[in-house]
Amino acid sequence: MSTVVLLALTGLGLGALYFLVASGLSLIFGLMDVLNFAHGALMSVGAYGTWWAASGHVPGAGPGGAGFALAVVFGTAVGTVAAVLLELAVIRPLYARPREQILATVGVGLAVPALLSAIWGADARPFPGPEALSGTVGLLGAEVPLNRLVLIAAALVVLAALRVFLGRTRHGLVVRAGVEDRAMVTALGIDVRKAFTLVFAIGGAAAALGGAIGGLYFGSVDPEQGTSLLIFAFVVVVMGGMGSLTGAALTSVAVGLVQQFANYYTTAGLGDLAVVVLLAALLLVRPRGLTGRLA
Amino acid sequence: MTIATRPRGETRAADRSPVTRSERFRRATRWWPALPLVVLFLVPYSALPLPGLLDGPIGSPGNLQLLSLCLVFGALATGYDLLLGRTGLLSFGHALYFAAGTYVTNTIMLEAGLPFAVSASLGLLAGVALSALLGAVSLRVTGIGFSMVTLAFAQAASILVQRDPGGVTGGEEGRAAPAGKLPAALVGIEHTANLYWVALAYLVVVLLVVQCSVRSPTGRVWEGIKENERRVEVLGLRPYGFKLTAFVLAGTLAALGGIVHLLLTGGATPQTTTSDFTLSLLVMVVLGGSGTRWGPLAGGILFTWADHRLGDLSGSGAVTGLPAVLRVPLSQPLFLLGALFVAVIYLLPGGLVRLPARLRAARTSRAATGGKAVRTP
Repeated sequence: MSTVVLLALTGLGLGALYFLVASGLSLIFGLMDVLNFAHGALMSVGAYGTWWAASGHVPGAGPGGAGFALAVVFGTAVGTVAAVLLELAVIRPLYARPREQILATVGVGLAVPALLSAIWGADARPFPGPEALSGTVGLLGAEVPLNRLVLIAAALVVLAALRVFLGRTRHGLVVRAGVEDRAMVTALGIDVRKAFTLVFAIGGAAAALGGAIGGLYFGSVDPEQGTSLLIFAFVVVVMGGMGSLTGAALTSVAVGLVQQFANYYTTAGLGDLAVVVLLAALLLVRPRGLTGRLA
Repeated sequence: MTIATRPRGETRAADRSPVTRSERFRRATRWWPALPLVVLFLVPYSALPLPGLLDGPIGSPGNLQLLSLCLVFGALATGYDLLLGRTGLLSFGHALYFAAGTYVTNTIMLEAGLPFAVSASLGLLAGVALSALLGAVSLRVTGIGFSMVTLAFAQAASILVQRDPGGVTGGEEGRAAPAGKLPAALVGIEHTANLYWVALAYLVVVLLVVQCSVRSPTGRVWEGIKENERRVEVLGLRPYGFKLTAFVLAGTLAALGGIVHLLLTGGATPQTTTSDFTLSLLVMVVLGGSGTRWGPLAGGILFTWADHRLGDLSGSGAVTGLPAVLRVPLSQPLFLLGALFVAVIYLLPGGLVRLPARLRAARTSRAATGGKAVRTP
């Protein structure tokens, strides 16, 4: 029983990490038809920003308590700025060429991790997390690492914030409408380009937050971390149905749980394989993904 | 092209000699690719140094090895462009078929002890079977869904190879090819020239296959699918079969490339199974010019050369002497290649092969506006 609880909670933690990356990816794809290959790089930027701030480079930020919260805020802000720059400098000039937009993000996705490893080295750096978050907590007879719970909490906060933003604000309305039918929104005289930049900023913030807290989860940061998570985020986005936030949330949980349980009950590594098999099977049955959105 | 030139010739047909001369010239120049081919064939005999481009004389084993890799990746990119540039299919899983050729051939040699020729045939067969099977499945979804499914299959294979089931694939280390099973003329540093010719032969095969298939009726349907798949359907053709043909053909050429790569590097490495490998093929194709005859080849050669030489550059004295702002990014080949890639997409739509035409167009338009400026005052 305790094993099942532990696996379920760690699986949920992993799913939360996937959701943080996949939510922005899904919105960007839904609105702009751009599969953002640089999204993993944004996550790495967030992770490195947090690590850099927590290592004492930003006044007030540090590895403990409020200092760590400030470091996370700093890392997220850096990731958001990077995302906005990416949209303005790389995506926007290629507005009329969707395939080239994807290819350009591939280039950025190659260059940014290389730049990070040029500056801070290719090896993993230990992540300075607060003492209070490094322990475990007893839950239903299982000793659950605290950072998993932090991840789950962060994902829930992001999910709630995105729901409020998309459902209650005017900008959210434009984004939702753009995801449904971009041509119609443009025809109504609304500048969809502003929505593009906004969605990129939101996606970048979520990914960077994922990177910052993912550093706690892995205990270290390395330049390739974001890119390796990106493939699973893609899987989540495709399975959940492109552009659907609910779909992304549901499939993140499913993918995290399947991976964790399969890794424990079969040999390690089979969990990754199981996820891919799940994706292939789902796409053969429902080519449009779980929520029936256009793939 | 023939349609464009012939009527012009016939209007001048009063005097027959210029017609036959231009016709003869046209026929002769059609065979111009034979000239670089002969030059490439003779490379191992040359001791000419290419300062800056290569380290030492061209014919040295190290340079021949690099040139062979350039040729193999140029050919591989040409084969991959059969999907991207000719049929409009964005596959993210091409590494899988390349790796199938490499790993199946190597594993059969190592585990079953069969000679190279038999193992290579089986490796090629595996590439055909795998691309037919997985292509049939992934082509059921279209658009970006297809890209994702191909990526997922390739990722699954990559994980499998790195997990090292039963010690067969060698995991992250990869496995060296058994020298005893390979033909003696293809082993050892003194036979680098032979390996180079194998790579050149592979390139010629790929170019011939791609050109013939693109010019065939099937190739025209591919072009139609790339332009507008719905219209091909309306014409009464099923795109699925044509797309599958392109997929299997590209997969088979990739598997063959994998076998050549196995010979060149003397072993199978898991790097060739990763999605980064497919992405680098994508970069090569776009860098050179997708959907053109020589573009992917040029892109593949340039990328491979840059990838190897930029590594040397980062260690050279010229870079270590630079201030940190310049030195740090310059020491990362992948950063330079990624930035170059973005720049090419942004500044050079159509890739490097379109560059001369674009320059010419820019010059004529400038000449036209310049002439107007002179005339107006």
